Amino acid sequence: MFEAIAFYLFSILTAVMFYITVTTKQALFALTALAAGMIFISAFFFILGADFLGVVQIIVYTGAVMALYAFGMMFFDTTRELKERSGSPLITAGLSILSAVFVVLIFVAPIVSTKIQVTAPLIAGTTNSQSIGMVLFTKYLVPFELAAVMLLVAMIAGIVLAGKKMDRSLTLMAEEEIMIAEEANRKVLL
Amino acid sequence: MDMAYLIETVVKIVVIMLIFSALAGLGTYFERKVLAFMQRRLGPMSVGPYGLLQVAADGIKLFTKEDIIPQNVVAPIFKFAPVITAATAFMAAAAIPFWPQFTVFGYTVHPIVADTEIGLLYVLAVMAIGLYGLLLGGMASANKFSLISAARTGAIFISYEVVTGLSLLAPIMIVGSLSLVDFNNYQAGGVSHWLVWTQPVAFILFWIAAFAETGRTPFHLIANDHEIIDGFGTEYSGMRWGLFFIGEYANMFFISFVIALVFLGGFGDGGLGGALALIAKVSFFFFFFLWTRAAWPDVRPDQLMWLCWKVLMPLAVVNVVVTGLVMMF
Repeated sequence: MFEAIAFYLFSILTAVMFYITVTTKQALFALTALAAGMIFISAFFFILGADFLGVVQIIVYTGAVMALYAFGMMFFDTTRELKERSGSPLITAGLSILSAVFVVLIFVAPIVSTKIQVTAPLIAGTTNSQSIGMVLFTKYLVPFELAAVMLLVAMIAGIVLAGKKMDRSLTLMAEEEIMIAEEANRKVLL
Repeated sequence: MDMAYLIETVVKIVVIMLIFSALAGLGTYFERKVLAFMQRRLGPMSVGPYGLLQVAADGIKLFTKEDIIPQNVVAPIFKFAPVITAATAFMAAAAIPFWPQFTVFGYTVHPIVADTEIGLLYVLAVMAIGLYGLLLGGMASANKFSLISAARTGAIFISYEVVTGLSLLAPIMIVGSLSLVDFNNYQAGGVSHWLVWTQPVAFILFWIAAFAETGRTPFHLIANDHEIIDGFGTEYSGMRWGLFFIGEYANMFFISFVIALVFLGGFGDGGLGGALALIAKVSFFFFFFLWTRAAWPDVRPDQLMWLCWKVLMPLAVVNVVVTGLVMMF
């Protein structure tokens, strides 16, 4: 009974949160609803007994949405409503229905099909986090390591793109040094 | 799920809520007294003996003060932000074993609300959500100083989170579990079994990160003290402002419990002595938070990020690699 109550409660909460995220014109509402929705999703992992994934969901998405907030802060006055340029409502409705049908198809197909079997069944006597570790480092080792390498590449690319002139700090430089640096910069721009 | 379990859980939640709300209030009294003694003052003295009733006076003031919502704020989020900080602080406490199990009238009580296998991760994850309260409060306030404070909250969040995770990874590798009860049982053999002897680097790193997690001095830069305002709390008044404080102090107590349980043996073998020792350890870490505030200046945001990313994170990674090599050979 508790599981059913929790499931319906968090389904409704998650759906409402993401609905607010999409429809609101207030950037702060959208970001807050997004963060709340992401955190509410972790409840489904807890209900299914996947405690580790539930906590990872919380950790990853609080951090990720926090970064979005930072962008929101830089680009908008988040206390004001945004003027949105809305396109044709027909296209919006058509695309949303299409994508909804696709998502349902993706998740229903494995349930309906009988050809799909569990290739890495749970090992008896292991806890949830232990069995995730075993699957990650045996069956899915190559995708796991590939994802790690791709993230490393992305991180190095990010540092190279953003890290120009990070070795000097304007607050620590004397006035003349800043002037000289700006002069040199101007010549480069010309 | 039987009724007895449900009732027991509800009772535990209520007891923990009451004890730590009261402790959060008393925490402000301790803080003012400790700061006062370190600065050769007396601190609160007028209300009650040694100013002990100052807490009650402050409580009455906070509860009865007018709750002002300024004109240009984003009202729903402005109102909701303090609740996030206070609520997540108490939610995090669900996986902390506060005391060894004991028997009352033939009924064995486990003083932990949810004994999950991922307790440690859960505590840190839910505590981290608490910073959303500060961020949202700052961003919804329509005040430039609050906005700066919110930006600093974001900077702190992305800086310390990596250090916390990586520094705890080495002890987790040694114990082989994420449950705080397992951490405690691993060190039940006595002082020589404490993880602080095998993992001193992780202990120091996690301790530093705990200061960033709770936003205490020397990482109190969220509150912009030097601008003589209160950062995210500038526009708040009354109980909403009080909720931020309850969240901060509850977090200080809970993170002290986590440090004591993970590195300093927790409640040991579960006897009365171990239980009292746990309280002594937690009190020491709480006192250390106040001591640091009296003794140290705040760091700048860029210094905090420099410290976290260029000093602490490489140290934590080296610590994990060395621990792994030692465990392998």
